[in-house]
Amino acid sequence: MTEALRIGVFICHCGTNIGGVVDVPVVAEYASTLKNVVHAECNLYTCSSDGLECIKSAIKEYELNRVVVASCTPRTHEPLFRATCEEVGLNSYLFEFVNIRDQCSWVHMYEPELATEKAKDLVRMGVAKAALLEPLEELSSDVIPSAVVIGAGISGMTAALSIAKNGFYVHLIEKEREMGGLLRRLYKLYPTEELADDFLEQRIKAVGGHERVELHLSTSIKDITGYVGQFKVILDENGAEKSIDCGVIIVATGAKELEPEGLYEYDGKQVITQLQLEEKLRRDALNLDGIENVVMIQCAGARGEVVRYCSKICCMNAIKNAKLIKEANPDINVFIAHNELQAYGEEYELYYRAAKKAGVRFLRFPRETRPKVRTSDGKLVVDVFHDRMQMNIPLDADLVVLSVPLVQNPDAERLSKLLKVPLGQDRFFFEAHVKLRPVDFATDGIFLCGTAQGPKDIEESISQGYAAASRATIPLAKGYVLSAAITSSVDEAKCVGCGICESVCPYGAIAVVETEEGRRARVTGVKCKGCGTCGSSCIKKAVTMRHFTDEQLIAQERAAFVTEEVVSE
Amino acid sequence: MKEEEVNLIGFLCNWCSYAGADLAGVSRFQYPPNIRIIRVMCSGRVDPELILDTFLHGADGVFIGGCHFGDCHYLEGNYYAEKKIEMAKRLLKVAGVEPERLRLEWVSASEGERFAAVIRAFTEEIKELGRIKYDKERVEAVLMAAADYRLRILATKERELLEGGNKYGEVFTQHEMDRLLDDMVQEEYEAKRILLKLKKPRSVKEIVSELNMKPNVVLQHILDLKRHEQIEVHEIRDNTPVYIARELSEGGLTE
Repeated sequence: MTEALRIGVFICHCGTNIGGVVDVPVVAEYASTLKNVVHAECNLYTCSSDGLECIKSAIKEYELNRVVVASCTPRTHEPLFRATCEEVGLNSYLFEFVNIRDQCSWVHMYEPELATEKAKDLVRMGVAKAALLEPLEELSSDVIPSAVVIGAGISGMTAALSIAKNGFYVHLIEKEREMGGLLRRLYKLYPTEELADDFLEQRIKAVGGHERVELHLSTSIKDITGYVGQFKVILDENGAEKSIDCGVIIVATGAKELEPEGLYEYDGKQVITQLQLEEKLRRDALNLDGIENVVMIQCAGARGEVVRYCSKICCMNAIKNAKLIKEANPDINVFIAHNELQAYGEEYELYYRAAKKAGVRFLRFPRETRPKVRTSDGKLVVDVFHDRMQMNIPLDADLVVLSVPLVQNPDAERLSKLLKVPLGQDRFFFEAHVKLRPVDFATDGIFLCGTAQGPKDIEESISQGYAAASRATIPLAKGYVLSAAITSSVDEAKCVGCGICESVCPYGAIAVVETEEGRRARVTGVKCKGCGTCGSSCIKKAVTMRHFTDEQLIAQERAAFVTEEVVSE
Repeated sequence: MKEEEVNLIGFLCNWCSYAGADLAGVSRFQYPPNIRIIRVMCSGRVDPELILDTFLHGADGVFIGGCHFGDCHYLEGNYYAEKKIEMAKRLLKVAGVEPERLRLEWVSASEGERFAAVIRAFTEEIKELGRIKYDKERVEAVLMAAADYRLRILATKERELLEGGNKYGEVFTQHEMDRLLDDMVQEEYEAKRILLKLKKPRSVKEIVSELNMKPNVVLQHILDLKRHEQIEVHEIRDNTPVYIARELSEGGLTE
């Protein structure tokens, strides 16, 4: 360091919040004795405009090149003090925060002397770290103003149309020859009972006809590289390779029905799935000739049988199909054997009641005793153990319909690796936070919606499509992204290219590449979130975690114990 | 810090534990003023070396706070933290320091009351253990061992080896892993102790008597150290080679 260190320390009274416990003037007096500290003062409220003015004028007057504020918590006030430093030309990363309120005066209210001692220690530790701080830059990078939406089911179509309507170009990618996804196989939709085809037709027209939506049908993803704002997606479109640059990506790859091989005598003819029933209804409408008894079995393969989760949509779907059959053919007996029935919300509850009124019979079985399908005299019989009566009820069946859960598409694994985004325990795509960031991935610039994230019905898939589109539009509308300054960096002279950093990075921000000197780790700053796990894992200590470097943390920790060395003469 | 009081250092992750500590403050949950908190972005950032250095310089107890499993802001940083802290505990143990002086807890941003309770309990425990007592050279040896690439790889890869297995798909049981780690920690510790002794020229016999180790073990370490060019023959004294360390700066923390 060529420039001599000139540290300014500002101790906040925070009214009586700090000053009522900690002897603030004593701490400020102490701070002024520390090595490299050229100015120390106390303020009634450092965060007030007066206080901020004090910081700014002190930076100028004393030519401060490091600023330490001892007050509340960096979690709320660091941005403010950083901006204040920046205003008078001091790089905002040359600022260090010391928390003497939330983690000192407020939690040691009845030990003012010890709290004052602790505040002195914390200030000394902060000053020791500040001495080693280095200026950092937030790099701005451009965002290509277009999106790629993977999957043209109802959720992906909704997202694509919404982004296009917001004024941005969208590439909508679909592996099938047509848009629509699972909707293409449905007959009527609950609870409105409109024809899926009619519903879909309007959507396809709107999406396909939009000037800013470019459709890529019969297309698969070959490769994806890049980061938020600058993705490159390589497509295989009908055998031809195509490269697309985009700023954001939405994953809307949907789900598929579990194939109930080996369950409940499934044969695809007399024992079929709900989707196969829908296809049959689409084809023959509701003419179920020769069928007298239909038995639907809920949770087939779900909730502990093949998968552990509840597929959420099967109850309403079964109720709908049962109701439609019963209303069209009152002579057919329709049974729904279920364990627990989920018809949430007023609308669905009313729909369930209407099905009951139409004559659909509901039988509840305990989860540990699921129904059994057998053949007797060439006819199918479903044994349902009735929970209330505690006895077995054999039901003759001409058609058994299994309500099987939605499961992840087999190619999701590959996509998750290409995008470096995680799949959860149940193999569905895993969002950044279930409540706070439900349609984001932890990786910036990649979003998700629809059943790729887990079973959900059409209404929810559409809502999520809108949500993902709205989140994805933020960087597109801004036109740039700021990369965090607190990132890791690699000393290539020390790096041996072992790749352990790459293996621990959840964002793919650090990766081993071939260089002229051999294999070396390189950091893509825009992707790095600054956790520092690469730094603590590097076997050669070639990785430096900026703003939380080994040297800075060690200086901070050692200063807790060493009192005399840091005091200036 | 006052002499008679125990000194605690806490490394808290920015997103959960540090926020939990702030909430303890906002809610005025009181705890003893012995702890000094250092903020890191993720508990996964906390290197065993940093922990050992903190003990070496005067901490009687070190507290690491991270997010609960599944809540890590960086997805999996806390899983790595757990293994790194376990490694630090193994190293403390061979250095003769009570591993209980190092505590890892998951405290979420909403657990202000719990944070205060955890710190109260930890401070109480450390007070019962009293001020730390250790042989400086032994702690220096484990600090150097923590910088060794073998232990750094294992601390990071332990989870992968337990869950996914190695390159050949061999999954390790916890028992096998513990045995492997304990052996390697012991081995590295012995090597570093010998290395530290060789700041001054010494023969195998002298090291054997000073460190109270078996001659064949010392000889094996000497040969390994020599092969790795960390020591060299200083002179031949009465037909016996006397060794000296080449340099001690590499691997250890810079002073």
